Amino acid sequence: MIPKDCRYTKEHEWVRLDGDGHVKIGITDFAQDQLGDIVFIELPEPGAKLTQHQPFGTLEAVKTVSDLYSPVDGEVAEANQAVQEDPGVINKAPYEDGWLLRAKIEDTAQLDNLLTPEQYEEQIKEMEG
Amino acid sequence: MKSRDLRLIYDRSAPGHEGYRLPDLDVPEQPLDRILPKEALRAEPPLLPEVSEPEVVRHYIRLSTLNHHVDKDTYPLGSCTMKYNPKLNEDLCRLPGLAGIHPMAPEELAQGLLGLLHRFTGELAEIVGMDTVSLHPAAGAQGELLGIRLIRQYHDHRRNKKKTVIIPDSAHGTNPATARMVGYETVEVRSKEDGRLDLGALREVVNEETAGLMVTNPSTLGLFESEIAEASELLHSVDGLVYMDGANLNAMLGLTRPGDMGADMVHINLHKTFSTPHGGGGPGAGPLGIKAKLEPFLPVPVIVERDGRYLLDSDRPHSIGRLHPYVGNVGVILRAFAYIRSLGGDGLARISRGAILNANYLMKKIEEDYPVAKPGWCMHEFVSTLSWMRKQGVKNIDVAKRLLDHGVHAPTVSFPLIVPDCFMIEPTESESPTSLDRYAEILREIAREVREDPETVKSAPHRTPVRRLDEAGAARKLRVRWRPKPDGERGSND
Amino acid sequence: MLYVGHTPQEEEHLLRTIGVKRFEDLIASIPESMRLKKPIAIPAGESEIEVRRLFQESERRNYDPRVVPSFLGGGIYDHVIPSVVNHIQLRSEFYTAYTPYQAEVAQGTLMTIFEFQTMICELTGMEVANASMYDAGSAAAEAVLLASGATGRRRILVARSLHPHHRAILETYGRPSGLEFVDVGGEEALTPDELRDVLDGETAALLVQQPSYLGAVESLGPLADAVHDQGGLLVVSADPVPLALLEAPGKQGADVVVGEGQSLGNPPSYGGPAAGFFATTMKLVRRLPGRLVGETVDADGRRGFVLTLQTREQHIRREKATSNICTNNNLIALGFTVTLALLGPRGLRKMAEQSLQKAHYLEERLAPLPGIRRQPEGAFFREFCLRLPVPASEAIAKIYAEAGILAGIDLGRVHRDWQDRLLVAVTEKRTREELDAYVEAMRRVVS
Repeated sequence: MIPKDCRYTKEHEWVRLDGDGHVKIGITDFAQDQLGDIVFIELPEPGAKLTQHQPFGTLEAVKTVSDLYSPVDGEVAEANQAVQEDPGVINKAPYEDGWLLRAKIEDTAQLDNLLTPEQYEEQIKEMEG
Repeated sequence: MKSRDLRLIYDRSAPGHEGYRLPDLDVPEQPLDRILPKEALRAEPPLLPEVSEPEVVRHYIRLSTLNHHVDKDTYPLGSCTMKYNPKLNEDLCRLPGLAGIHPMAPEELAQGLLGLLHRFTGELAEIVGMDTVSLHPAAGAQGELLGIRLIRQYHDHRRNKKKTVIIPDSAHGTNPATARMVGYETVEVRSKEDGRLDLGALREVVNEETAGLMVTNPSTLGLFESEIAEASELLHSVDGLVYMDGANLNAMLGLTRPGDMGADMVHINLHKTFSTPHGGGGPGAGPLGIKAKLEPFLPVPVIVERDGRYLLDSDRPHSIGRLHPYVGNVGVILRAFAYIRSLGGDGLARISRGAILNANYLMKKIEEDYPVAKPGWCMHEFVSTLSWMRKQGVKNIDVAKRLLDHGVHAPTVSFPLIVPDCFMIEPTESESPTSLDRYAEILREIAREVREDPETVKSAPHRTPVRRLDEAGAARKLRVRWRPKPDGERGSND
Repeated sequence: MLYVGHTPQEEEHLLRTIGVKRFEDLIASIPESMRLKKPIAIPAGESEIEVRRLFQESERRNYDPRVVPSFLGGGIYDHVIPSVVNHIQLRSEFYTAYTPYQAEVAQGTLMTIFEFQTMICELTGMEVANASMYDAGSAAAEAVLLASGATGRRRILVARSLHPHHRAILETYGRPSGLEFVDVGGEEALTPDELRDVLDGETAALLVQQPSYLGAVESLGPLADAVHDQGGLLVVSADPVPLALLEAPGKQGADVVVGEGQSLGNPPSYGGPAAGFFATTMKLVRRLPGRLVGETVDADGRRGFVLTLQTREQHIRREKATSNICTNNNLIALGFTVTLALLGPRGLRKMAEQSLQKAHYLEERLAPLPGIRRQPEGAFFREFCLRLPVPASEAIAKIYAEAGILAGIDLGRVHRDWQDRLLVAVTEKRTREELDAYVEAMRRVVS
């Protein structure tokens, strides 16, 4: 259910290594389920700087809007065009086609201070009470 | 009851039709290009429908039949006070000698109207326990904006260094939005378990930088803020001001008054407590009652009486300036005044008494299936939580939609955010015991359905003019105006 | 009991079911110290005929708009209101309904709004219009707040010819959040030259009124180019009736068009309620304040309408929201929509042309009178400003006393330096007889 090859933020973003100093960033299945149908996404342009735990964009569902927080420091290499054209992809495949950003990362060690899949699973269980 | 005719007026258009006849021009006509510069003229006329008068009337009557409304059946939308809109008020606000008056007519030629407005100001101030009222705000949110703007003016005038406005976490979203518009930072203060103001928590956040407190009383959970006087004292001790959101005033007419609780100002939604119609979203009016210390700052013009004459006074050096182009939504104010005049003090007190009785009665009738979020007697509304239905896969919005199938309206389900799967019910005093019994019976029937046949509830509504609408689709692919068919023929949108 | 759904006898039943003895048990949470000890001190309630009498007595102390020809305008106009309008506005289904949050039982309201949005788009030449605002003044204020948000700049250039009351509302809305307002131009139509010294890369927007408060027809295209060159937005406050003939601001480069919808289908009502409109481009749609209706489909795939882009609203964005409006002045917008449906393209054009022709007929006879001149002097539409040899208030009082005509707005009431100015608006409702009587009355005033 929760992919083992990712790390997670408390705010429900995932980050996964994606070859030569790059990562992919997205939101978790739990997050998309809580938001409901996502209708719009605002993402930074390639070249924009990312700072760990700082907002980098927003997601709009029908009746909620939420900020997106970067799991790492880095620089945007690519914003996923497909999800900007059809945000429903995030609902359908949050960990795969529904990724949001590909980013160049400065320090892979930063991933170590994020939640492990087990810790993230624990957090969700607590939230669901 | 399904109606499948969802054509727009543009879909009914056919070339050559006209629905209104103007008289012929009775002055000599000059060529347009002699009067107006050629480059100022439109290249293409605006695309407007061409429809005969009978077709226009049929169209709008057909559309009207697709609406639920107060005159048809129960409409217990929490925090909206969907009470009966008396017909007398509609007649009086339309009297030609009132509705036809232009706002820039000389004051001497509008004495009757100014007199009514002046008298209304005094009576409304008395009802809420304030020293005077500004009639200008065109809606509750603008009353709120005026309130916080007055707080800002008060502090600026006294050279107080203030930065923050305190807002309880249970407040409506307009509160923080308004505080930001006026340039204050917002400080959220947590509510007590029962949703009421937490005096201890408030003490922790009130300091010399506190400009004011925004508080809704009764709270958004329908509970009276018993410690409001203490909270006001605390604010006043740092020269902070208390803004009371009067959205729930229907609970306190004749029982207690915002002015007697220490509040420095309260906005009054005439379209809630004072029976003016909601009109499908507006116009409303949101006059602001204030204490005398804020009077110098009121927006201009202020209607004053001098030697038996009514005047518009704009010569007020400390005023915040203008909020409304003229003096407020007079057409709405006249309806509210007719309501107050019809009821008087006694009648108004019966209104709140009726609203409180009806809310508690309905709460009692349905409490087994719709447990209240916070126990205790409620004021004019209560909030149930439907979280038990989650295990059946049913959400509050599904129950709301199922209610529509029974020809009654749903309670509020989008608010308050602090209650999971909230169901905020405000029956108002207008409902009879019979109609409350019927509403309770429908609710219990739906609860049974949730247990035995949740799919029917989840896929509701089934009997309305349209079924559940694709909101996500509407937001993803915006279609916000009618367009002619691409081949030039008039037709359906896209 | 008036407007209460139960009798005192039924109260007993309610209390028993609730499980309390007395009503007072239910309100124990109101501390004794805060209880109102005596009844609300206002006069007792009155019967229907008494209340009606009170209102009718007030009516008699105003001028009688049914018989007094009015040349008052300045943003609130006296155009014809077709009989149909009141019958539709008085349908309970429209006026006693709430905001269409439960769309399945509010298609009627949603569809009328969708029609309104379309009509506003057509008149203004913009891509998207909201479901309406309070009035043109607050709509203009919201427009400059939008421009500031969209450009990240704080300076707003405001044409001096903007309605002075709207100009004041800009201050009320904009100053607390740090907007800086710079007045530009004079009384004649604004030219790009007049912007040269103040228009720069710090400018968020230029706000122009079309036609101006004093009646001048503005040339918007060159202004749009000038402000766009500096990365700012052009905001236009436009009157819908002249837009039947004047080029749509959207076609001339406007980024936001606001205005007042009262004059189509709604009485003056002493200036409120009115219905501001607000239109912009799809590029800026996510910054649009207020409500917006969109077309979609229902569970059976059939056409339907809903409120859309609701995440822009403050109950979701809270302190991040840029506007706190949660109203569309729907009943007024409905009057506008029904009126335009009846008039159609030819009727609206006729209304505009007749207002224009009659205004010029009157101006040609008033302006040559001794001591009178028109200022500004350029092209005008259905309204013009005269400088008189006597205070305007005096002329208005005399003309009313002698001819029973309301001659126009005494501009001394809106601007200290304008005591000798009269703002005259003419609509299709004024007859040639009234126009001629006006000229004669004015002749007596100035000679």
